[in-house]
Amino acid sequence: MIVNWFRYASPVSFYPLAGRLARGFGALAAVFAAIGLWIGLVAAPTDATQGDAYRIIFIHVPTAWMAMIVYVAMAFWSAVALGLNARLSAMMAQALAPTGALMAALALWSGAFWGRPTWGTYWAWDARMTSTLILLFLYLGVIALRQAIDEPRRADRACAVLALVGVVNVPIIYFSVRWWNTLHQGSSISLTAAPKMAMIMLAGLLVMTAAAWCYCIAASLTRVRAIIVERERGSGWVASLIGIGTSP
Amino acid sequence: MTSASRLSAAVAGTSGVEPPSVGGAVVFALRRDLRVALRSRAELGVELLFYVIVVSLFPLAASPSRAVLSTLGPGVLWTSALLASLLALPRLFAADFADGTLEQMALARGPLAAYASGKMLAHWLTTGLPVAVLAPLLGAQYALDGVALALLAASLLIGTPILSLLGAIGAALTLGTRGGGSLLALLVLPLYAPVLIFGAGAVDAARAGLSAAPQLSLLAAGLLLAVVAVPFAVAAAVRIALD
Amino acid sequence: MPAAAALEARSLAATRGDATLFRDLAFGVGAGEALTVRGPNGCGKTTLLRILAGLTEPAAGEVRWHGERMHVGDPRLRAAIAFNGHLAGLKDELTVEENLAAWTALDGDGADAGARSRALAGAGLARRAGLPARALSQGQRRRIGLARLALSRRRLWLLDEPLTALDTEATTLLADLLRRHLDAGGTVVAASHLPLPLPPEHGAELDLAALREPARSHASAA
Repeated sequence: MIVNWFRYASPVSFYPLAGRLARGFGALAAVFAAIGLWIGLVAAPTDATQGDAYRIIFIHVPTAWMAMIVYVAMAFWSAVALGLNARLSAMMAQALAPTGALMAALALWSGAFWGRPTWGTYWAWDARMTSTLILLFLYLGVIALRQAIDEPRRADRACAVLALVGVVNVPIIYFSVRWWNTLHQGSSISLTAAPKMAMIMLAGLLVMTAAAWCYCIAASLTRVRAIIVERERGSGWVASLIGIGTSP
Repeated sequence: MTSASRLSAAVAGTSGVEPPSVGGAVVFALRRDLRVALRSRAELGVELLFYVIVVSLFPLAASPSRAVLSTLGPGVLWTSALLASLLALPRLFAADFADGTLEQMALARGPLAAYASGKMLAHWLTTGLPVAVLAPLLGAQYALDGVALALLAASLLIGTPILSLLGAIGAALTLGTRGGGSLLALLVLPLYAPVLIFGAGAVDAARAGLSAAPQLSLLAAGLLLAVVAVPFAVAAAVRIALD
Repeated sequence: MPAAAALEARSLAATRGDATLFRDLAFGVGAGEALTVRGPNGCGKTTLLRILAGLTEPAAGEVRWHGERMHVGDPRLRAAIAFNGHLAGLKDELTVEENLAAWTALDGDGADAGARSRALAGAGLARRAGLPARALSQGQRRRIGLARLALSRRRLWLLDEPLTALDTEATTLLADLLRRHLDAGGTVVAASHLPLPLPPEHGAELDLAALREPARSHASAA
């Protein structure tokens, strides 16, 4: 079984596998999202202190978690790409960046809409939101660096170094922002302070997190297929796939 | 041919094949960069002037009242140091990349991380250090007292080398790319956030009458970590850029 | 191909963007031998030299120095080569003497001040040793590179268009340097669209243009 896995390290064999996995995870994501949204919007009771506005956490918390997880995954594939000089790993890292940026942006947006009814302000400079904002900047930096370098292999390696430098810094950034926040914020309610949650709310969060996770996998696999086709377009298998002649 | 005999005599004069040590490589790059910087005086001091101007402009945008200024002061003085450091970063590797000396360093026997360290040290000596020395004078404009000014200088002395080190990674990664300075800023500024938090925080602590020891020790720890780890990342980024 | 080639390339391939520069390139250069890489602009001569120097990662294949496989940035390769590339490698603000001193310090070959001034004199730069490099003409700047080669104890010389901007006297100097280096058992790989001033028994040629895709001609590498 172990030998079989390395077969998928080449873009040719990974391409169809990625397609099947993407469809599977996409379906799972839809199912989880349906269940999770039903729990969040319908089944879960109205919160005593925050009313119905709190329901946005069913979007906010999963996306915030995924923003972190996708960055770690991107850093992992970057390390593999640098260490083993593996093209497909670099393509996977390239595919993860936009999805992670989307998760971070959704987390910020939903967090703002949670903040408004809760404390009367869209942005409260709390630790997690500020760290997520900086995480979004880190994602945008990786994407921008990729765009700025023409040569694909050089872009792979440069973005891999940047992602690894970022992943080392993310805990430092989070710690420093939290320290800064506790020093200045005083007693205001923090988004990290979880309300006393009924079991049903927790279940809803977990299901939505699973939905977000499956979505991220499906989206990145779909994107990596597009990246594979684009970068391997000179080779025969892609040409026959798309139905064009091989370019000279 | 007299030239030929002189050449052969030159070859005969070489002796010893000791590879340069790490310290020797650092000193070599440091001395060469300082010598080049001192001779191209046009570029020297530009960042310092930028720092002075930016720091002096802020009160125009806010208010000259002492209360406002002393609240703003640490943040403004630190953020402006950040921006001044950013301004100087493209110079770090770009000239050497363009005239071929960077690839000669990458091909030298000594470790590239050591040459890069020497360059980063020279960069800090010509940009970060002057800012750290001048900042207390400008801090007086912001109604900061003696203790706060001392902490400002101390936090900048420890913090600006970290800025030079982290920024060097960005400078090496963006060598020869489109987007230039703005791309460099986008890559590097998020990494600067912790340095800014603890650096400005140290001065703020002084204003509030608290001890700034935690901030300074965290900065010092960060500096140690950066000094040890960053040169290798920079060397890797330089090799990628030379590919 | 000699049995124990000092420098060996196996199945080297290089790309620039989408275009393949060369594929399945294999050759060997022994001690005391020179290889001239010919071909028009853009056919990959510089890229090949940079791959041999360990600056550029090839798309495929490997470079071997004395039988050992060399990766990008390999310290053993770095200790063995003198790379005079397309870029001059000089700081404009430093004097000729300081530039040569920096070069020898990077090479780590231990040339002292006396050896350097003799090398500069041999390259015809004695009177200009104290001038900043920016004050020199292109041909004079190339001569600093010749002085560096004179002082270098490296076994493998990788030269990118070494004849550029050299006048007759400098060309003779280069010829002399090459001959001494080869006689001492060194190896030279040079990219040049002009023939190098080498005695014919030392030189082999590799024509990259003939290897370009699609390979239609029957011209073979020597």
